Amino acid sequence: MRFTSLAFLAFAALTVLLYYLFPKAKRWWVLLVADYVFYFFAGKEFLPFILFTTLVTYSFARWMQALTDRESRYLEEHRDSLSKEERKAVRSKYKTHRRWVLVSGAILGFGMLAILKYTGFIVSIFRSSGIPNLILPLGISFYTFQSMGYLIDVSRGKVAAERNFFKTALFVSFFPQLVQGPISRFADLEPQLIEGHPFDSFNLRAGLLRAAYGYFKKMVVADTAMIAVQTLAARSDELTGGYVVLLILLYSVVIYGDFTGGIDIALGIAEMLGIHPAENFNRPFSSRSVKEYWNRWHITMGSWFTDYVFYPLSVSIPMQKLSKWSRAHLGQALGKRIPVYLATIFTWFLTGLWHGAGWNFIVWGLLNCLLLLVSQELKPLWSLWQTKFPKLCASTPWHLWQATRTFLLMGLIRSLDVYRNVPKTFRLWGTIFSTFNWGEIFSGGWLRLGLGIADYAVLAGGILIIFLVSQLGKAETPLRERTAKKPVLTVFLLGAFVCVILIFGTYGIGYNAGDFIYRTF
Amino acid sequence: MKQIQLKRWLAAAAILILLALLLCALNRLLLPKYRSGNTEGRLTADYYTDVKTRHQVLFLGDCEVYESFTPPTLWEEYGISSYIRGNAQQLVWQSYYLLEDTLRYETPEVVVFNVYALKYGTPQNEAYNRMTLDSMKFSPVKLSAIRASITEEESFASYLFPLLRFHSRWKELTQDDFTYLFDSSPVSHNGYLMKTGVEPMTSSRAGSPLTDYSLPVSSMEYLEKMRLLCLKNGIELILVKSPTNSWGYWWYDEWDAQINDYAAKNGLSYYNFIPEAEKIGLDFTTDTYDAGVHLNVSGAEKLTSYFGKILRENHGLEDLRFDSGLSAVWQEKVVRYQQEKEGLLK
Amino acid sequence: MEQLLEILENLHPGMNIGENDDLIGSGLLDSLDIVTLITEINSTFDVNIPAEEILPENFCSAKAIYALIQRLDEV
Repeated sequence: MRFTSLAFLAFAALTVLLYYLFPKAKRWWVLLVADYVFYFFAGKEFLPFILFTTLVTYSFARWMQALTDRESRYLEEHRDSLSKEERKAVRSKYKTHRRWVLVSGAILGFGMLAILKYTGFIVSIFRSSGIPNLILPLGISFYTFQSMGYLIDVSRGKVAAERNFFKTALFVSFFPQLVQGPISRFADLEPQLIEGHPFDSFNLRAGLLRAAYGYFKKMVVADTAMIAVQTLAARSDELTGGYVVLLILLYSVVIYGDFTGGIDIALGIAEMLGIHPAENFNRPFSSRSVKEYWNRWHITMGSWFTDYVFYPLSVSIPMQKLSKWSRAHLGQALGKRIPVYLATIFTWFLTGLWHGAGWNFIVWGLLNCLLLLVSQELKPLWSLWQTKFPKLCASTPWHLWQATRTFLLMGLIRSLDVYRNVPKTFRLWGTIFSTFNWGEIFSGGWLRLGLGIADYAVLAGGILIIFLVSQLGKAETPLRERTAKKPVLTVFLLGAFVCVILIFGTYGIGYNAGDFIYRTF
Repeated sequence: MKQIQLKRWLAAAAILILLALLLCALNRLLLPKYRSGNTEGRLTADYYTDVKTRHQVLFLGDCEVYESFTPPTLWEEYGISSYIRGNAQQLVWQSYYLLEDTLRYETPEVVVFNVYALKYGTPQNEAYNRMTLDSMKFSPVKLSAIRASITEEESFASYLFPLLRFHSRWKELTQDDFTYLFDSSPVSHNGYLMKTGVEPMTSSRAGSPLTDYSLPVSSMEYLEKMRLLCLKNGIELILVKSPTNSWGYWWYDEWDAQINDYAAKNGLSYYNFIPEAEKIGLDFTTDTYDAGVHLNVSGAEKLTSYFGKILRENHGLEDLRFDSGLSAVWQEKVVRYQQEKEGLLK
Repeated sequence: MEQLLEILENLHPGMNIGENDDLIGSGLLDSLDIVTLITEINSTFDVNIPAEEILPENFCSAKAIYALIQRLDEV
């Protein structure tokens, strides 16, 4: 059941309807049943995997919680008889114990993800045939990360483990975000899932608007641009030079429309249910640096890696020892960098791997890392520049240049994702500067990529609308909430979205007049 | 406060109604009109313009009916009022459901079914499905017809709301789409689609041998359903095979034997015109427009004369020319038919 | 507190850091310094600042850092 299928629309509508028909205390059951219906139709062979993750998440969280409870009971009972040092020792003992439980749980959770997602890739490094092709359950990267984040939070004592197995299952499988996120935190999402939200027509309107806008971004913009991207990727041997730039631009449009659109659909449906998961994007293409970009793009994944990989790794005992050693032996400047840079590189290696099993993803992650580290090192230079040209650096054209530069850099390395082959991608990047075929492209090459002038016009219109919405959305209250306060306007806009998506969307069997050429029957 | 609420509801309702109207209009605009070029796409729609006329005979089948029988000739020569519900590659279940659809309006005395399409046991082609089904009037029968016909890549919903299928035609709208937006005038002559070209048949090559000659069970099941439906409604079912037989569209003797058996078992008449071509007077150097695959108007008229006689003599169909009302209706049709023929032949 | 200010000033020799100075907004404390800072604090104060405590509100000023150390030292 894809988001863009009629079956999904009917399913989502039914879920929202049933949610509000049930008594408040029972409403979360509707969500849980909906999750499993959704997942069943996505592929019933995927069900055992999500159930396994749920079971691991539930039992290990409960186990750690039992340790925490025993620890506080013990400390409570012996408050007066223990010295500070003894109390510390007790806490440290339980902490170590919890850590072992966490590690076992993580091995089971991440282990299943690793086996299913990476076995083929790892085998392919060593030999070229007999590569196993294991099934990859829908959304496994997302629900595994969300569940393991919860386990870490329980081990840290940040949240109390959920006692109800079914409530845990709901957290693992909440259907709108199962396919492409956002990756939510337990403390934020779980109470919202369990609470029976009262019906509020405002939520319904705001959610519908958001979902409709998501469908617009995905079906009218992303899927249309994707046609040209597919042509460019399939014929990458001949479509070099300027075409690579075209691919970078078009793929940026595709990934933006597809990903932010998908998230809008997910969050829109959640909003209709009165649930507000964490935002995943914050106008990412206006970022003026790579660092800023990663604070605005796929936010929940970035913060997951920061909180659960980068920081723990940076301040782990071995890293602290390394920090001391390197500062003593290599000097302050280099010494303090070594542990942080190691942690950064490792985090980005994992981030790349998370996106997919393949060298292109790893290289993509490491290139992001490289850009971040280089800009980190150039910081003093940048400060100098700022003090020399303070006026320029505060001007809008300069900001535009920075945003464009960031956009192009991110687009460039993102093209690894399309070409899927690292040496080939590097070669193609080279042709941007060696092959000047812009004349050919402008004189008609751009029309031979599967899109006609009418399609480009739709694309341009769609991008313009997205840009305007993004500009209007800068204010404190999201645009959609300001709009949803006006019911009649909302109905009008929804109607307009329906028409525009139905007519201009890319979906269904393409009407091909050639099919209708009457031959002999 | 209440008044504001009411106003809001009214405004929202008005917007929704306008939206529905707009979508219906767009749906109509974007549906292919089949006026220039593939006029076969109009055949299903044409029937509904003639439901008020009494039809003694209903022809069902693929191009082998709508290119082989000319209802105006049948009227002129025999006073038999008929209609052809045939479409490009009309599959057996589509013939069956079009019969059910026809029964919603009238009950003919005789149904003539051309057996060629029995060779297909599964849904075949999206384009032909669309041409056959899209202009069927909405009814439970249409739903069954869609269900039986769609290929794997097609969606049921796109037949209920064809905009889902034809939405991208906004890029290729032509004058026709606007001219014929509300025009339902027929392109056919009671289902007969006139072709006047001549392209002689040059090859007498037979069809290549098959590994399995049995007609598909699924299509034979629909033939049986059709027979039972006719029986229930007191309609005589006649099976025919048009006289054309070219190698790409070969009618195998093995198939013919199966139809013969079926007809004999159920007491049906079956006329295979292939061996009768000479008796009919067909000359495949002048009576076909595409080297023997289909008859042209001259061939169709010859076949109609021949078959009309059979209908009169063997099946007792009455001469209705005494009915002045019906005669007047047919008079117009015959004139239109003659005019188009003369126009095309010029 | 003096010990803490000393550590902070060692990170950026020549700077004079006050108790309430904004460390993050002013850019005095970047992600590179955090690890060094935590390493030094852990060994000086015999505490263990865990990763989950790396939050802006815990590191925005010397005062906030000191409060964190005290909180972690209490059991």
